[in-house]
Amino acid sequence: MSVLVFAENWDGKFKKSTYEALSYGAEIAKQTGGSVTAVVIGNVSDEGLTSLGKYGAQKVLSVKNDKLNTLKPSAYASAIAQVAQKENAKVVVISYTYSGKSVAGRVAVKLKAGLVAGATAIPSSTSPFTIRKKCFSGKGLTDVVVSSDIKIIGLTPNSYKIETKEESAAVENFTPTIADTDFSVTSKEVKKTSGKIPLTEAEIVVSAGRGLKGPENWGMIEELAELLGAATACSKPVADVGWRPHHEHVGQTGITIGPNLYFAIGISGAIQHLAGVSSSKVIVVINNDKEAPFFKAATYGICADAFEVVPKLIEEVKKFKSAH
Amino acid sequence: MKFLVCITQVPDTTTKINFTPDKKALNAAGVQFIINPYDEIALTRALEIKEAAGGTVTVINVGLPATEANIRKALAIGADDAIRINADPTDAYFVASQIAEVAKKNSYDVILTGKEAIDFNGGQVPTMLAEFLNISSVSVATKLDINGTVATLEREIDGGKEVVETSLPFVAGAQKGMAEPRIPNMRGIMTARTKPLTVLEPTTTETLSSSTTFELPAAKGECKMIDPNNVAELVNLLHTEAKVI
Repeated sequence: MSVLVFAENWDGKFKKSTYEALSYGAEIAKQTGGSVTAVVIGNVSDEGLTSLGKYGAQKVLSVKNDKLNTLKPSAYASAIAQVAQKENAKVVVISYTYSGKSVAGRVAVKLKAGLVAGATAIPSSTSPFTIRKKCFSGKGLTDVVVSSDIKIIGLTPNSYKIETKEESAAVENFTPTIADTDFSVTSKEVKKTSGKIPLTEAEIVVSAGRGLKGPENWGMIEELAELLGAATACSKPVADVGWRPHHEHVGQTGITIGPNLYFAIGISGAIQHLAGVSSSKVIVVINNDKEAPFFKAATYGICADAFEVVPKLIEEVKKFKSAH
Repeated sequence: MKFLVCITQVPDTTTKINFTPDKKALNAAGVQFIINPYDEIALTRALEIKEAAGGTVTVINVGLPATEANIRKALAIGADDAIRINADPTDAYFVASQIAEVAKKNSYDVILTGKEAIDFNGGQVPTMLAEFLNISSVSVATKLDINGTVATLEREIDGGKEVVETSLPFVAGAQKGMAEPRIPNMRGIMTARTKPLTVLEPTTTETLSSSTTFELPAAKGECKMIDPNNVAELVNLLHTEAKVI
């Protein structure tokens, strides 16, 4: 099956999720005997474009247009759909980031293609075309069968391993037809969460809850996160009372994440919270209540006061970092 | 201003999820269904703007008759009227296409949905709907204000937020922050009984994807407890055993 991957970039740079999507697309192409084309929209250097070969792209179609240097979901979707038709792609892989989410549905309607929104694995079968994803905010798993001719896969970030090889991709320019109506949403201001790792992309997340007693006590959480190169998160009650911003709330009605390592500090582990973090590979729970339900979902647990354990943990991580 | 708010029903957030023995569906026994929490945020924001600027708020649901209790709840919260498209909501493409058929006939100024439903977590109805209607969309919006024919929204982007503007009509998916959900009062509950609820049949039955089987995630192994006086052991295990740092 010929595979098209939307290789997303931010200010000209690719991220881990882009490479994951390419590696994932390359694996499908390998299993089904097809080729991999990447479409890049925006201003990426020639060197950056050819480097996508390393992650599995044989060909890169570069769409350069000054109006498309930042995300324009409608215009991006037009471009991706046109490339898919030109390349006769049967599978379109889009990393399911915020930008991917805002583009994928439009591409699906344009191509009349079934969409797996949030795939977490390689297709388990290509006939019928079946892919696993999470449902009920991580409380369950489901196999989705796509029956349309073209299939669109929204790949959950941090769910597929990057694979590399020593190859470079052939680059071609492509000029899609884009209507004025594709630019009807205009950007007024971008507020970047400066210097921080986005929660959905983080490999390590340090999260805290009501056990911290107040927003003034988050200094140690931020310090631990910074040392580990981690993102910070929080439980719902903490976001609801305004101790932390809503975009840090993980759980069933917040963000669902699946990092390699999740620290839950002073979070009891209500079912709604567990749903949002259950696919974390390793969970460390620090709580002074030995009956806290979170210990049942944990890999490692420390039953003690967070105000005693976290400063010690910070010291130990510092020692570890200076030794490695 | 004419609002259309798309709602769906989902298991209450405290539900312990189980599937039927044949693994083909949710085991709905004992499950309480609620309005999807993000849809409630969308509905509340629509009502707030309507109360300030005038207009009507219609709620629409693609679902079987069992969803009517939750549709009545939306009317009790304050929606003026409701439409139910009598079909099982199989995939986002089908749901969006059916809502689009209704929207084409009624020229709504603003269409709101939740940013995703907490059952399948796809989040594709708002963008697909906008594509079917060929209008603009903001898929995850934390703020919404409307001034005349221009809407200002704040949307979540990777690594931050962005303030965007669009003209009417448009579709937006509501995320936390846009409004605080309301609890219906007694007067609302009384008047909801007599508000119009129109039932329409779907125009097609076409779906492009379906969830065929379900299962529960694998259970975690036993938690390894570490002595609080030996935090170094935790760092050691994370490095040598779990290999995550």
